[in-house]
Amino acid sequence: MELVLSLGIGVLAGSGVWLLLRPRTFQVIIGLALLSYAVNLFIFSTGGLRSGSPAILEPGEVGTIAEYADPLPQALVLTAIVIGFATTALLLVVLLAARGLTGTDHVDGRERER
Amino acid sequence: MTGWIDHLLIAPIVVPMLAGAAMILVGDRSRTVVLALGLLSTAALVVLAIVLLGLAQEPVVRIYRLGNWPALFGIVLVLDRLTALMLTLAAVLGFSAFLFAICRWHRAGAHFHPLFQFQLMGLNGAFLTGDLFNLFVFFEVMLAASYGMALHGSGVARVRAGLHYIVINLVASLLFLIGASVVYGIAGTLNMADLAARMRSVAVEDRGLLETGLGILGIAFLTKAAMWPLGFWLPPTYAAATTPAAAILSILSKVGIYAVLRVWLLLFGDEAGASAGFGGTWLLLGGLATIAFGSIAVLATQNLPRLAGASVMVSSGTLLAAIGTGQVAVTGGALFYLTSSVLAIGAFFLLIELVERGREVGADVLAVTREAFGTGEEDEESPEHEEVGVAIPGTVAILGVTFMACALLLAGLPPLSGFLAKFAILAPLLTYGDGGVPATTWALMVALILSGLASLIAMLRVGIDVFWASPAPRVPRIALLEIASVSLLLVLCAALTAGAGPAMEYMQAAARALHAPGDYLNGVLAVPTTLPGGGG
Repeated sequence: MELVLSLGIGVLAGSGVWLLLRPRTFQVIIGLALLSYAVNLFIFSTGGLRSGSPAILEPGEVGTIAEYADPLPQALVLTAIVIGFATTALLLVVLLAARGLTGTDHVDGRERER
Repeated sequence: MTGWIDHLLIAPIVVPMLAGAAMILVGDRSRTVVLALGLLSTAALVVLAIVLLGLAQEPVVRIYRLGNWPALFGIVLVLDRLTALMLTLAAVLGFSAFLFAICRWHRAGAHFHPLFQFQLMGLNGAFLTGDLFNLFVFFEVMLAASYGMALHGSGVARVRAGLHYIVINLVASLLFLIGASVVYGIAGTLNMADLAARMRSVAVEDRGLLETGLGILGIAFLTKAAMWPLGFWLPPTYAAATTPAAAILSILSKVGIYAVLRVWLLLFGDEAGASAGFGGTWLLLGGLATIAFGSIAVLATQNLPRLAGASVMVSSGTLLAAIGTGQVAVTGGALFYLTSSVLAIGAFFLLIELVERGREVGADVLAVTREAFGTGEEDEESPEHEEVGVAIPGTVAILGVTFMACALLLAGLPPLSGFLAKFAILAPLLTYGDGGVPATTWALMVALILSGLASLIAMLRVGIDVFWASPAPRVPRIALLEIASVSLLLVLCAALTAGAGPAMEYMQAAARALHAPGDYLNGVLAVPTTLPGGGG
């Protein structure tokens, strides 16, 4: 499970960085989205990977700290997803405004001279 | 909780939040109500900040526990001298920028006032919070509002610069998240005080990873603080932003400095064991590079807004390098410099627009804005055929004096506080330990003096060009409130000069508390006397 997750994070982050460095605004926004997926998965993984374990241990019930899923990273991921979603939506609007005002989808607002 | 006075700690976050929310509800129905709410909120923030400044001078660090949960489990707000100082700066700058904006600029686009309030809320929250994740959340509140502020007024230049600004800050936020989660994965806590307490007990094999996480976090902070080579976004964005937006954006870079000061000194101070002083050299060298880049940019710029942006970089670099030396007295001087430079650069950003208003270039920009958002009040705002009968009109004289004050402050010349600030950084550097003054310290001193010279040359050149060589074709029409808001900031700088003794004592006490965070740790980690549910 660890190998699959870390490969997934690596591929997402790698593709994200590659797209982020491309000259088209659409590629940049997709790159940011991929990067934020990678970061969300990464945050999630810092609590340790366990399946089927409870986040809250009830008194009297069977269960030890060893098989408990840390709820904090999950809360952090939720916050990060919400914030990331909102800022990406905002960036999308700015991207469309830039396209409309400059007439090109190059990130610098003008095509490079060939 | 020991009474209502403790609840004042959360007020700098709640007041602008409620004001902003109410403004959105009122919407466009009544501009008067929106203006009144804004004035009430910004004025209340100034009063609150002054009260908190008084509270922070008591020996105990004040803690506000949300829901009265102990700091390990709940969210805490912490008030110490540094926090109170930053809150005051943000409130004063916010008040001035608000006064300036209500003269004309708030009409240049939609939702200026709610965004302004949320901007202040994010700033205040970032200064008050006691844990890394809420620092992230308030950073995002602040940045989300700043995206709106940077784009306020629209236009090609703003959208182009805003696009870069948003992308860079989103990437920095992702780095912030990676850093914070690495720290949580190793140390098991995000509370800054708890983290500092656990730094010593981190296993040797985990220490490298923890330092990597904090290093990544540092890159996110330094991007905000515009350290070279992370700060290329700053001059174009600030130059393109509308005037009041640029003034309030100029304190955003100081939030990065604040975060470095807070987190770095708390975690890597002298008591941090094996990790003490981690990254200090990088801060010093990065600061020096930023001063160099900023000074070259100051000399190379042709227009005033970019000059102001480059001055922000110089001031960021000076602060980072001064913090990087790791000396208590130098940090105290750096805090004085921070106060002086925030006020001076804020005043300069506001002044630029008043100066440019009489010139053709500035008029062009305004015309574009008005075209985009036909406000229907062009006749009032563009005195096209005004006759000028006086050789040196009063307005130009006032502008000249304020410009000169800004130049003195930015270049660090006597008699204003800019000189005292640089002196307060330079003087302790010379009495550095026993083994002589190291080379990097000499480099810092040379850089500080040369950057002052560069600022002076650039400001003189621009000043001669604007006021003497090419007199304005017409006298700019300036509202009393606009020049009053600039003067307010400059008068505060003068007050800082006159009251330099008490101010410097305050800064030194703040620096001592930052370098020996024992009180901070004890205050935050103390178990509350009444538990949740038991009233409070």
